[in-house]
Amino acid sequence: MKLHEYQAKELLARYGVPVPASQVARTPEEAQRAAEALGGKVVVKAQVHAGGRGKAGGVKLCATPAEARAAAEALLGTRLVTGQSGPGGQPINEVLVEEAVDIARELYLGIVIDNSAGMPLVICSAAGGMEIEEVAEHSPDQIHRQLIDPTVGFQGYQARALAFATGLEGDLNRPAVALITALAKAFVECDGTLAEINPLVVTTDGRLLAADAKFSVDDNADYRHADLFKLQDKTQDDALEVEAKDSGIENYVKLDGNIGCLVNGAGLAMATMDAIQFEGGMPANFLDIGTQNDPAAVAAALKIIGADPNVKAVLVNIFGGLARTDVIAEGVVQAKRGGLLPQPTVVRLAGTNVEAGMKILDDSGLDLIRADGFAEAASKVVQAAG
Amino acid sequence: MGVLLDENTRVVIQGFGGAGQREARNSLDYGTKVVAGVTPGRGGQLIEGVPIRNTVRQAVDEFGANVSLIFVPAPFAADAIIEAADAGLATIICITEGIAIRDMVGVKRYLRGSSSRLIGPNCPGVITVASHARAGIMPVDVYMPGSVGVISRSGTLVYETVDQLTRAGIGQTSSVGVGGDPIIGTTQREALQLFEEDPDTAAIVLIGEIGGTAEQEAADYIKQMTKPVVAFIAGATAPPGRRMGHAGAIIAGKAGTAQAKQSALMAAGATVVQSPSQIGATMLQVLKERGLA
Repeated sequence: MKLHEYQAKELLARYGVPVPASQVARTPEEAQRAAEALGGKVVVKAQVHAGGRGKAGGVKLCATPAEARAAAEALLGTRLVTGQSGPGGQPINEVLVEEAVDIARELYLGIVIDNSAGMPLVICSAAGGMEIEEVAEHSPDQIHRQLIDPTVGFQGYQARALAFATGLEGDLNRPAVALITALAKAFVECDGTLAEINPLVVTTDGRLLAADAKFSVDDNADYRHADLFKLQDKTQDDALEVEAKDSGIENYVKLDGNIGCLVNGAGLAMATMDAIQFEGGMPANFLDIGTQNDPAAVAAALKIIGADPNVKAVLVNIFGGLARTDVIAEGVVQAKRGGLLPQPTVVRLAGTNVEAGMKILDDSGLDLIRADGFAEAASKVVQAAG
Repeated sequence: MGVLLDENTRVVIQGFGGAGQREARNSLDYGTKVVAGVTPGRGGQLIEGVPIRNTVRQAVDEFGANVSLIFVPAPFAADAIIEAADAGLATIICITEGIAIRDMVGVKRYLRGSSSRLIGPNCPGVITVASHARAGIMPVDVYMPGSVGVISRSGTLVYETVDQLTRAGIGQTSSVGVGGDPIIGTTQREALQLFEEDPDTAAIVLIGEIGGTAEQEAADYIKQMTKPVVAFIAGATAPPGRRMGHAGAIIAGKAGTAQAKQSALMAAGATVVQSPSQIGATMLQVLKERGLA
């Protein structure tokens, strides 16, 4: 789950990470009052989950409270399309009004999960304010790393090593060590999967501040963090994806093609998309139905696919292990009979209870396109989509 | 013979609820020795003909269990894995999906230097066909004894791959589902090494996915392998930055793309399949070229 910038800053501030003075505004009037309270010169920032806000015009420097009001008026209630948001963009329901600081230096500080090491990895770089992936590619020597070992936790020497390596010396060293340590503590305690302070700034008056903040919490740790999950903003997600989640389908992703897919298993679902593209088609979605014991849940998933106006044909590709093909077949029949899936539908069933599954399809008398094997299924659905 | 499991395999199932009971039944029907189940508080009961104990240690002491299969719910799964390691089990296979990353960080660190090997979590398990040894959730009908090993991050792609191999007349030694999570016990590279060292395995299918760098690490090892590897990377057409079900499958940076993984595998000498429907046919061709089929 992604937090908004203002939520991430509130969280990190509780752990002792210094952040610029700011207020959240939901109306232009609130933005103006916030700017007045903050001393006039502010930055007004659109609160959306997608990165790349600055380039997309979602961050505006304002010299006066009146300008802040105008900036908020222009942003609030619109959708911001960034390089990472998808073509539909994300709605701006809130702006963060923040004191404008005079920046002397910009650095990068982040924490990710290092899959190979099996531990969180703290990354620090003196090259802040740009994409860390670009820094990693073009000047890897500018990236400094320290793992967080769960047996002893993040150590002081590690924070000092990162601070010294990025030139945070002299009067800045102690605050830098405290800030890095605080971020590491927040990451571990809150089940972080990604934390980024980019840029971490040194102001002309010698302060160290988190000028931006990103924080994602592990969805699988929701039972430990009821308070954080109250902050979840579903308006940032695609409407069909939200509906899928509400129907108990965790793994639905809307895509741009015209062939709907219902598959069990994330790997097979991705491979199905690949096979469709290999045959010259384009998938309209990714959907991993997982293991369902209730045909109604399968029908509900097919309803979401069937309701997508771009979908011209549908492929149901199931290889049952824990998942039972007879339950899937029952769900397909329910969806077809209920008129939820008007598009031509190719069904390929294999694995657990496949005889029972086939029989349900045969007995239904419905006009379903049957496929034996993966290749045939992909080529038939691409044909059906025209 | 195959890897990890053989005719001496004695399975204890941790978490003997619905899925655990069903898979105990399926494995027993297949001919696997499922010797005990562990559900705290139910020790002494007999469920589905399987004796239940309160702790893994009891299952080891009384029934000589040497492989654990875990179905325990995600919030308690890390505890179950560590209990199995602490009881000295050689192989621990965790099916459970949705374990928090922080829990797996602790598990992975605990297992460092331990004699236990963890497979998974979020995986379909392991099967050694010739020994009828099954510790997992895979449908057994698609398997046929033979000489090809299968490794996959995804469960259903294991079944798909094995089905294609069997239809092409190619049998299998073992299949190992390494799991779809970011942090897993046994990597693709380590699984390749198990098959390379197995005298009965002649060739290996490796099914990778977008995200992370595990396939590049596997490719590094393929350079020194003597056995042919056929590889497929799922998710070549997935849009970047979107999470496709498997937590491990979010593409982060260029290393995570299908293209980067395919290039690394090809450079290492693996035969890379572009379409997932061509895995079986490609393996047949590779075996023929080498005079193995």
